[in-house]
Amino acid sequence: MTNIFNLHLGFLYDGLSLFFLATILLISIPSGIYSLGYLKGHFSKGKILYNWFLFILFIVSMLLVVTVNNALVFLICWELMSLVSYFLVVFDEKSEKSQSAGTTYVVMTHIGTAFITLAFLILYKHAGSFDFGVLKAASGTLSPAAKTLVFVFLLIGFGTKAGIVPLHIWLPQAHPQAPSHVSSLMSGVMIKTAIYGIIRFIIFILGVGYLWWGNLILVLAAVSCVVGVIYALMEHDLKKLLAYHSVENIGIILLGLGASMVFLKINLPVLAVFSLAAGLYHLINHAIFKGLLFLCAGSVYKATGTRDIEKLGGLIKKMPYTSAAFLIGAMAISALPPLNGFVSEWLTLQAFFQGALASTSGIKVFLSLCAAALALTSGLAAACFVKAFGVTFLAQPRSNKAKEACEVSFSMKLSMCILSTLTFVFGLFSAIIFKNLLLISKSALGLKALNVNFSPNNLTLIAGNNTAVSLPLVAFMLIAFVAAVVLIFIFAGKLKAKKYNTWDCGYYKLNSRNEYSATAFSKPFRIAFSFFLLPYKKTEKIRESFYHVKTFKYETFTTPVFGKYIYAPLLGIILSLARFMRRLQPGSIHLYISYIFVTIIALIIFMKAF
Amino acid sequence: MVKIILIILQVIVLSAISPLASGVITKIKNNLRFRRGPSIFQPYYNIAKLFAKEEVISETASWIFRVTPFVVLASTITAAFMVPVFISGCKAGDLLLLVFLFSLGRFFLALSALDTGSSFGGMGSSREMFISSFAEPAAILAIFAISLNLGTTNLSAINSLYAIKLSTIIAAVSLFMVILAETSRIPIDNQETHLELTMIHEAMVLEYSGRSLALIEIASYIKQIVFFSLIGTILLPAFLSCGLVNNFTVFAGYLAKLFVLCVLVSFIEVNLAKMRLFRAIDFFSFSFVLALIAIIMAALGV
Repeated sequence: MTNIFNLHLGFLYDGLSLFFLATILLISIPSGIYSLGYLKGHFSKGKILYNWFLFILFIVSMLLVVTVNNALVFLICWELMSLVSYFLVVFDEKSEKSQSAGTTYVVMTHIGTAFITLAFLILYKHAGSFDFGVLKAASGTLSPAAKTLVFVFLLIGFGTKAGIVPLHIWLPQAHPQAPSHVSSLMSGVMIKTAIYGIIRFIIFILGVGYLWWGNLILVLAAVSCVVGVIYALMEHDLKKLLAYHSVENIGIILLGLGASMVFLKINLPVLAVFSLAAGLYHLINHAIFKGLLFLCAGSVYKATGTRDIEKLGGLIKKMPYTSAAFLIGAMAISALPPLNGFVSEWLTLQAFFQGALASTSGIKVFLSLCAAALALTSGLAAACFVKAFGVTFLAQPRSNKAKEACEVSFSMKLSMCILSTLTFVFGLFSAIIFKNLLLISKSALGLKALNVNFSPNNLTLIAGNNTAVSLPLVAFMLIAFVAAVVLIFIFAGKLKAKKYNTWDCGYYKLNSRNEYSATAFSKPFRIAFSFFLLPYKKTEKIRESFYHVKTFKYETFTTPVFGKYIYAPLLGIILSLARFMRRLQPGSIHLYISYIFVTIIALIIFMKAF
Repeated sequence: MVKIILIILQVIVLSAISPLASGVITKIKNNLRFRRGPSIFQPYYNIAKLFAKEEVISETASWIFRVTPFVVLASTITAAFMVPVFISGCKAGDLLLLVFLFSLGRFFLALSALDTGSSFGGMGSSREMFISSFAEPAAILAIFAISLNLGTTNLSAINSLYAIKLSTIIAAVSLFMVILAETSRIPIDNQETHLELTMIHEAMVLEYSGRSLALIEIASYIKQIVFFSLIGTILLPAFLSCGLVNNFTVFAGYLAKLFVLCVLVSFIEVNLAKMRLFRAIDFFSFSFVLALIAIIMAALGV
């Protein structure tokens, strides 16, 4: 018992920790700059100070989580991070929603922490220490059953934080409620600490035990990305939509991770390194573009006071910088070349392909199906961002709030600009970045001596089956062709165009009520996925006469399947159990004294007997 | 260096003959219906006419609307570099990149459709994204099956000596179904109609006129010919040369492949009716299952 308290406090400076450290700082700094402008006028001075205190504590706790080298200290930092982020979620305590979101968050995150604690205790019992080095050395001799148990506990624990379906339930509630610069940190970085946990504890310390571990993670990841993006498509709250995309992107990151675990087990170390690096690449890319998109959503909220995209529209003319930044973020998250999101999705697809090429028949088909899930996700994500950008920023404003919007302050623009630039940098200089990620991935997998063939000029894969994408070349070609056509037009001398109304079928001038709404845009998807979304609609006609309908009301909702069929019954069971247990406490002091007496007797017997 | 020039030349030739493919298809379709139909050069006349016309831009539209034609054309031409048509061995031909480049153009086109604030545009945009997101998994799976046989996703590895397997053929059929949708052909979309309730691609470009429309039209012609060439190269890798040899046979062979595909597409268009939008899911499910069968067969080495 003594060495629990005899901590060897130290820090890790290996590639993996440094990578996460860099990712956290990369997003934290623009978010911090952003909050200067965002909080002003929104909250009182004292509140702003309180926010800064929490914000810095949050960043420090995340930095500690990814650098400490002791499992117990890790847990303490993990808990600190969860609690501080809870206070940030309920920061805007006026709103009812943020309270309930905060409660869901704090409950879910503690269930996760409980599982992680259990896993650590099993490891501790075996190794006799919480030090990472000792744990790693001892985990080799762990019995298979214990190993599997630790894996499952860690997966549930970290999966809750990462937002893997079906443990994602808190994520779309909690992330949108926090102030936007905090949402960008939570979605961009905090959920990534769970990925750090999975890599550090499952891959690095525990070691991949069986093939099914990787397969399980792949299946969960594929489900997460498809479910996340389908829910995102149905969502009309801009920040909630982005939060669901975090579920999706965590899925994509885990696809890389899971593939890496599978490749380790089927003896393809080069591919294992490659796909883990692809996963890490998507991790940092997601941090950048999701951070950016949340900041843009915050700017829209600040300028209009609403997050409901059905009430927005036409902001591209009022807020040119914000809309350009959002467009860049949307392109990146939809995996369009030459931005960064494309690179990591391409690499993940290539990892699957190379794996399918090298493996035997069953795994071939499985990996191809994972790739198909990824393709479906990226198609749906593009649709979702056409909706999000199109309805929020294009056409005519749908409400007075949107009409009166104006561009946000300098500090907010600056931080959006920094992150937009980063999406380009991480796209165009992908070859150099990926080379370094391969080194990190090698050290995380313990395969330092492995030689991974890689050409630094473009993203060429393993020799033999080489295919290459040179993003700078693609970008150059795109720009060159745009420039060429524009130049031809300028020299042709006729760039003038007449401005006129949108075609209105010869009726009267169109207004914002004629525009396609987000609900309408997502209707085909709602119908296609009706088996899962279970939509129901309510129509209400008020008639003046038989022939003339005066007003027509149309409402449509989708059923939150996980909340309704998993969490609500579970909560019901827990509550009824609690009600049953309440009978023990009738409020009589005599009874309580007798409880104490019986307990003491029982303890004495227990101590004597054992 | 010679190779680079040859490849640039290939893209130029490809772009130049791309409207012809559409003209030929229209001609065959009309002949099949016992009509005379417009000349096969009609697409060229249309483009020339559009370039000469004044452009009308909606007052509601923003810079997205103006930029879109350029982005669509640029991404399509860049994609044209990815496919070996007559010349093999271009190192840039990644098939996955091809898919993503087309989605770049589609993304902007869908945005520009929403930009004018017309409900037709919104309809087209929503439907296009709906269809393409279901086409994508089928396309990726088909590409995987083809690439598994090829050993790489880079199509430049293909040459005239490459022997095709049965799984490649099945995958190519699956890919062909996706291509029908992507080039807005029956049974998914109909290029001929301007009926607002059925159109998809045409609804998106409804507000475009003049030069911008011409650019978008050129882009869709190139997209179509790139897809046709892709199928042609996969199914019949003969008539690919490695340099400046056998110029005439290679080119004639390529044109013959293209013509066969045009006839096939015309027959499909004449004999099928356009599907209801939600039947498109069944269409793509079928294509997906075909691709999956191809993957399983490729895994078994057939």
